Amino acid sequence: MKILGLHASNRTNELIEQQRPTMIANRTKNFRTGSLLFATACALLSTGCNKKESSNEIVIGEYGSLTGATATFGQSTKKGIEMAVDAINQSGGVLGKKLRIVIEDDQGKPDEAQTVVTKLINKDGVVAILGEIASSNSLAAAPVCQGSRIPMVSPGSTNPKVTAQGDYIFRVCFIDPFQGLVMAKFAANTLKLKKVAILRDIKSDYSVGLADFFKANFSKLGGTIATDISYSQGDKDFTAQLTAIKAQNPDGVFVPGYYTEVGLIARQARKLGITVPLMGGDGWDSSKLWEIGGEALNGCYYSNHYSVDDPNLILQKFVKDYKAKYGSTGDSLPDAMAALGYDAALVLADAMKRAGSSRPDSVRAALAQTKGFMGVTGNTTLDSNRNAVKPAVVLEVKVDEKGNGRNVFKETVAP
Amino acid sequence: MKRLAWILGSVAILGLLQWAATAFLLDGPVRQGPYYYQIIILAGVNIILAVSLNLTNGITGQFSIGHAGFFAVGAYVSASLTYYGGPALRHALAFLPAFAQNGALLVIALLASALATALAGLLVGIPSLRLRGDYLAIVTLGFGEIIRVLILNIDAVGGARGFVGIPKLSNFFWVYLLATMTVATVWNLSRSSYGRAFLAIRENEIAAQAMGVDVTRHKVTAFVISSMFAGMAGCLFGHYTMYLHTNSFTFVKSFEIIIMIAIGGLGSIEGAILGAVVLTVLPELFRGFEGYRIVIYSLALILIMIYRPQGLLGRASLLGRRGGGAVTSAVKGGR
Repeated sequence: MKILGLHASNRTNELIEQQRPTMIANRTKNFRTGSLLFATACALLSTGCNKKESSNEIVIGEYGSLTGATATFGQSTKKGIEMAVDAINQSGGVLGKKLRIVIEDDQGKPDEAQTVVTKLINKDGVVAILGEIASSNSLAAAPVCQGSRIPMVSPGSTNPKVTAQGDYIFRVCFIDPFQGLVMAKFAANTLKLKKVAILRDIKSDYSVGLADFFKANFSKLGGTIATDISYSQGDKDFTAQLTAIKAQNPDGVFVPGYYTEVGLIARQARKLGITVPLMGGDGWDSSKLWEIGGEALNGCYYSNHYSVDDPNLILQKFVKDYKAKYGSTGDSLPDAMAALGYDAALVLADAMKRAGSSRPDSVRAALAQTKGFMGVTGNTTLDSNRNAVKPAVVLEVKVDEKGNGRNVFKETVAP
Repeated sequence: MKRLAWILGSVAILGLLQWAATAFLLDGPVRQGPYYYQIIILAGVNIILAVSLNLTNGITGQFSIGHAGFFAVGAYVSASLTYYGGPALRHALAFLPAFAQNGALLVIALLASALATALAGLLVGIPSLRLRGDYLAIVTLGFGEIIRVLILNIDAVGGARGFVGIPKLSNFFWVYLLATMTVATVWNLSRSSYGRAFLAIRENEIAAQAMGVDVTRHKVTAFVISSMFAGMAGCLFGHYTMYLHTNSFTFVKSFEIIIMIAIGGLGSIEGAILGAVVLTVLPELFRGFEGYRIVIYSLALILIMIYRPQGLLGRASLLGRRGGGAVTSAVKGGR
């Protein structure tokens, strides 16, 4: 700092002093331009595209990742919700009024989700909010809904913490630990397994939760856990763990991970001569699973939110309507997100009807009372923690030698 | 004396504005108020980020693309402090009234995040700034990603689930107080002997060295100050949104900040402010276009860059010709 010492700074000050008159003139002119720009921006911001609300419609909001890394989640939910709103309006709407849905994109970013929900509540004046799928975005937006006392119904955030954010936050899907229970019941009662090994992904909250609940419930149902070992997300070689499992000679292996590792585990297990069924949760639900695992996955089972093969009549009508509406866009079968979005909108409309009002606090009270609602994804009841208690489906994986797979509906497991 | 009057004046004005914002936007007659308030807060955080990055990228002429990493470090460090140490600190501060307790807690969090990010900046800066060229860009990009992956694997701060339950401590007053401080610091710094050394390094590193400027030391100084303010922005951000997730701190965020200073005019403080405001407000203005929003937003950015390649303000300034460009000419004139 000594280098450009003090006298240099004095010199600059002198220079600045000399320039002062011109500076002031420039400043005034620039200030005028600046304030003009600012005023225009303000005017633009305040006019926006604000539709006046009318008394014969009820406005609800939806936020989702229509763009970004998890765009398929947002797009599917949006389709499901739009179908539900159309269906409700065609059958006379809610409380004699039409439902209008305002959909906003959060780009899959938590901070954006918060801004968008603030906008929906305050600018569009929505009485209730639907969204999101990704738990991180739901967790970011939940405090805003709670603070503004606007009920929020998440179609597919399975992390237990989401609804713990407050009494205005609900969800219509089951939470992570429940799938552990479902697979324990399926393994013990349907497959009649006695001794099961667990291979869990130690890095994922989701996998650990599932494994713990499976362990507890399977033991309760009379089964024994042969061994319980772990791997880390991103691992490629599972030979050590699988050799240890083979030594115990179990009837089945529970692998509650994500599809990338599960595919590799299945291949390596078959190579080592483990022929017993592998089982898992909805983290398996991806067409990539078939590509990675191939034929090794035949005879494996996982739990999911719903299956298009489920003979339930409401579901079959939904699948038919979805094909009719979106089939031409190359998107013929609705995924779980579309089905959950559809159900979330219907559960909300049902609560409004029962409340006899669209006031947020009455809707909240009615939502909390939701009991035995028959939706596409099954019979939904909301418990005291505002989580859905509902059946899960178990699917069997079938893959041919070319890697083309499909999931076969096996059974529905009630809570 | 004059400086004290300035400081007290700014605090009083910001306090008044905070009161007005609460009265009119949050609890008041404007129905869309909370939405505007949210945008104003995010714009404020972005102003701090852009003006601080401008010190490294615009004024000192280095190329850092890991600003979101420092933003994340500040956010998570301060949030851990108030989440885990909050009750104990509140107990120690029990003699203060409630609003002063919040303020004091936030100041402590701000100091902690400043310290942590300055240290991180020093660690990243010292090895990479000794070299000339693109090394800083590569190292900072790596740093940002390392931080993000590290946070994902620390369960105490929520990992992949996100950090839930951060107290809401920051508001308009604090965000804009820090924004004012950032602007004042960078403004004064760029016209001090340090600032002239920064500019000399930007214009020609070899010439600067020949004139006796300790190049590495000045580059590290600029980088550390810049990281420190980014960390404090993170603290204010986390304590406003009450929730943190690594998806907010990807390298896309770093590029957003770079775009802010490029749109505004590289090297100009007012440009950075304008860029931050434009990039926060523009995507919201375009919400009416629904599915095409991001397309139109990107198009707007491309058009600005075609018609104003030097940025909206270039190196000029709204408040008088005393920005980076003017100092350059002063240095030239004094030669």
